[in-house]
Amino acid sequence: MSSHFEAFKTRAEAVSAEVHRFVGKEEALAFVLAFLKEAGVSDAPQCGAVWSAGSFLDWAGTDKLRAEVPGLSFEVSREGSAAARVGLSQMDWAIAGTGTLVQDATAVETRLVSTLPPIHVAIIGGDRILEDMGSVLERLRPDQLNYISFISGPSRTADIERVLTIGVHGPGRLVIVVIDGFEQVAS
Amino acid sequence: MTTQFRESIETALHNPNLAGALGRFSEAYRTSRAKAYEGIDFEAVRDQIVEIKASASSNFEVLAERFKASAEARGAKVFRTSDPAQVKKYILDLAKEKGVKRVVKSKSMASEEIHLNKAFEQAGIVVDETDLGEWIIQLAHQTPSHMVMPAIHMTKEEVTEVFNQEVEEGQAPDIPKLVKFARAKLRPKFLQADMGITGANIAVAETGSLVIVTNEGNARLVTTLPKIHVAIVGIEKLVGLVKDIQPILTALPRSATGQLLTSYVSIISGPVPNTDGTPKELHIILMDNHRSDMAKDPMFKEALQCIRCATCLNVCPVFRLVGGHVFGKTYTGGIGTILTAWFDELKKSEDIQGLCIQCGSCVPLCPGKIDIPRLILELRRRLVVEKGQSLAMKAIFGVVNNRRLFHSMLRMASVTQKPFKQGRFIRHLPLFLSDMTDFRSLPAVAEVPLRDTIRKIRQPEGGEKIAFFAGCLIDFCYPEMGESLVKILNKAGIEVLFPEGQTCCGAPARYNGAYEVAAQNARDNIKALLETDVSFVVSACPTCTVALKHDFIDTFRSVGETDAMEAAGKLAAKTIDFSTLVKKLVDEGRLTFKEGEDLGKITYHDSCHLKRTLKASEEPRELLKEAGHEITEMYECDTCCGMAGSYSLKLPELSAPILERKLKHIKDTGAARVVMDCPGCVMQIRGGLDKEGTPVRAEHTAERLAERFK
Repeated sequence: MSSHFEAFKTRAEAVSAEVHRFVGKEEALAFVLAFLKEAGVSDAPQCGAVWSAGSFLDWAGTDKLRAEVPGLSFEVSREGSAAARVGLSQMDWAIAGTGTLVQDATAVETRLVSTLPPIHVAIIGGDRILEDMGSVLERLRPDQLNYISFISGPSRTADIERVLTIGVHGPGRLVIVVIDGFEQVAS
Repeated sequence: MTTQFRESIETALHNPNLAGALGRFSEAYRTSRAKAYEGIDFEAVRDQIVEIKASASSNFEVLAERFKASAEARGAKVFRTSDPAQVKKYILDLAKEKGVKRVVKSKSMASEEIHLNKAFEQAGIVVDETDLGEWIIQLAHQTPSHMVMPAIHMTKEEVTEVFNQEVEEGQAPDIPKLVKFARAKLRPKFLQADMGITGANIAVAETGSLVIVTNEGNARLVTTLPKIHVAIVGIEKLVGLVKDIQPILTALPRSATGQLLTSYVSIISGPVPNTDGTPKELHIILMDNHRSDMAKDPMFKEALQCIRCATCLNVCPVFRLVGGHVFGKTYTGGIGTILTAWFDELKKSEDIQGLCIQCGSCVPLCPGKIDIPRLILELRRRLVVEKGQSLAMKAIFGVVNNRRLFHSMLRMASVTQKPFKQGRFIRHLPLFLSDMTDFRSLPAVAEVPLRDTIRKIRQPEGGEKIAFFAGCLIDFCYPEMGESLVKILNKAGIEVLFPEGQTCCGAPARYNGAYEVAAQNARDNIKALLETDVSFVVSACPTCTVALKHDFIDTFRSVGETDAMEAAGKLAAKTIDFSTLVKKLVDEGRLTFKEGEDLGKITYHDSCHLKRTLKASEEPRELLKEAGHEITEMYECDTCCGMAGSYSLKLPELSAPILERKLKHIKDTGAARVVMDCPGCVMQIRGGLDKEGTPVRAEHTAERLAERFK
């Protein structure tokens, strides 16, 4: 269990992210499935969900999930993502000091699911929260990875009259699922 | 200053939307910035940034080549050029070759600098800005008025009108709806674009990485959906190592928007797959455009430490009145003035450099530790060297440079002013001089200057001797401030000498770019003040104190009179401001306050030079409290009063609203007195209070303390 969780949660919530913590993958999966249902994910047009690859998804099993959630797709395309209501992906690290999620985003799918749909569900193991950006950059190294994404809260702007408005070009909701006891392997 | 420019100031001042938006933001900014830095050692962070950026600007060539090699090894194409025209040609050639019809851009000041959009439009290519603020100003056919918030000058009603006219009728002035509308309209543009253009906030040489920060997420889309990514990077964005990223990203969002981190940071270090599986084409253009010339200039190299956070805009008392369309070109505000002079040309900065009031508010908050006011003065100096001083200024400085003539004219003024004098004030001046007395009364020149009255004071002899540098205002307008200082130091057994040869400290000349005149003033004063053996040279004017302590040396350096610097150094070592000296005497037990005094509530105004250059803000407060006063702090107690020497004469239209804010904050405290350490501030604030008829007394700390010692 990460000692940085509380700090992470406080910072992430301060930038309008929603943070949920679960013990074990089963609990987390149950939440995610309920969440997708609640969000109205279905096979109707503009109601789909897209989920990019990751070890949590491997564990959950795509066939099983596909059967359970109509409209949920694991073949992440630009059209599919642009039409989806929810995008899901697994993060590699988090930063307690700023409430930030970090991901090796070299694969385009990781970016499609977290930029185009209005809701992004981000999954991360409870032991993946580090203190600062420097610690993350020792593990996700720019000399090895072509695209590293840092995400702190949903998309925002204050460009009109300095009034904070959530959800401009990226998601308007960022739902973070922190799972204790999920020993995440590197993506 | 051109008439057209003066008119643009006038227009901006009469735009209530602008004043409202910028005023509210500048007030909220200080609080949110301070909160964002909680738990962070700002000084340590900016020391790191200075080290990183200063070392980078000493090694641009090496870093640029290293960056190119690293990025190309990863599969990017890197094009280096010093010429903005070549940047545009490269991009347009590429667009032609690849059949690009539509381009989306995330925010890039470098592309604004070279007017890239115009080049695209002329080539028949559709280009859309995607940062909301940039999109708004693109639609409105304007330039960004702020480096971080390009459309801060526009209200939601104005934005609505732009959307209605340029995009689609029927929008309502409701911010969430306007944002939603922008999302809906820009989304297909992202999906259809053939090329994405970004800037970069940092470029890391060792890995060929681009670091791009945004809040809206548009840079992520721009670098993900189109098959070609072109990044335009000014070489000042180069740093050596990956570990250099963290300090810069610690300061940038905190200083820019009061955020701990922007919503998104992307570190791109090579081509990534497109959505169809093909590898993305990544082109990185390293643009010089006079940056390496700046790096070779010993004074302006410092300006390359800028991380483009726009703090210097946000805390500037002038910027918040006029905004970036007056105060700047492509780059705005204090740093924008400097960048305009270099990236564009020196003469383009001529009007805007005059807006800097030299208050130094930006200096302690700049993450790159850039002394922006000092660099703007240097621009002023170079402009004067290049273009010469105006005839009126020449005439004035001709007089100032001749002490006897200058002083006899001041003495004469005490006679000629009589028709305009009401008590100790001049409330109205005729003709073109009336601007000076429109918003404040001026002090009448004293009938007998301090240099004459001081001779009549019986002083203790045989003990410590201190030389008093009065400065023109105390000497000729406010001799009673000088007499108070003498009275206080006498109580400590000190004899105060008044070296007769002292003259104007040279600040007016220096602040108008007339460094040769300032140098002559400096030489005269050094001679006069080092003639007798004294323990200190004290001044009760912070501007004069700064002149003696810092500016003389700097002026000699600038004009190349290095042989005069040693004597200037000697004088500097002896120079001390009034409150710091008196505090020292109190602490040493040489001055004792009268006991049991309850002198009531006052408020204290920090003078720019005292607080930010001489770093004395606690000393006067402690003295006033020990004397028996209770201090009620005013809002923005250390914001400039708008006097700034000749600034208030040159730009009374800006000096007046700055003073008006100051007076409001003074009155809001309910204190019956406002105390300060600068005769210039007294002149401005006392004059403003008199003009308004407000019964609050403005006094110099020396006057306030004169009778308080045993």
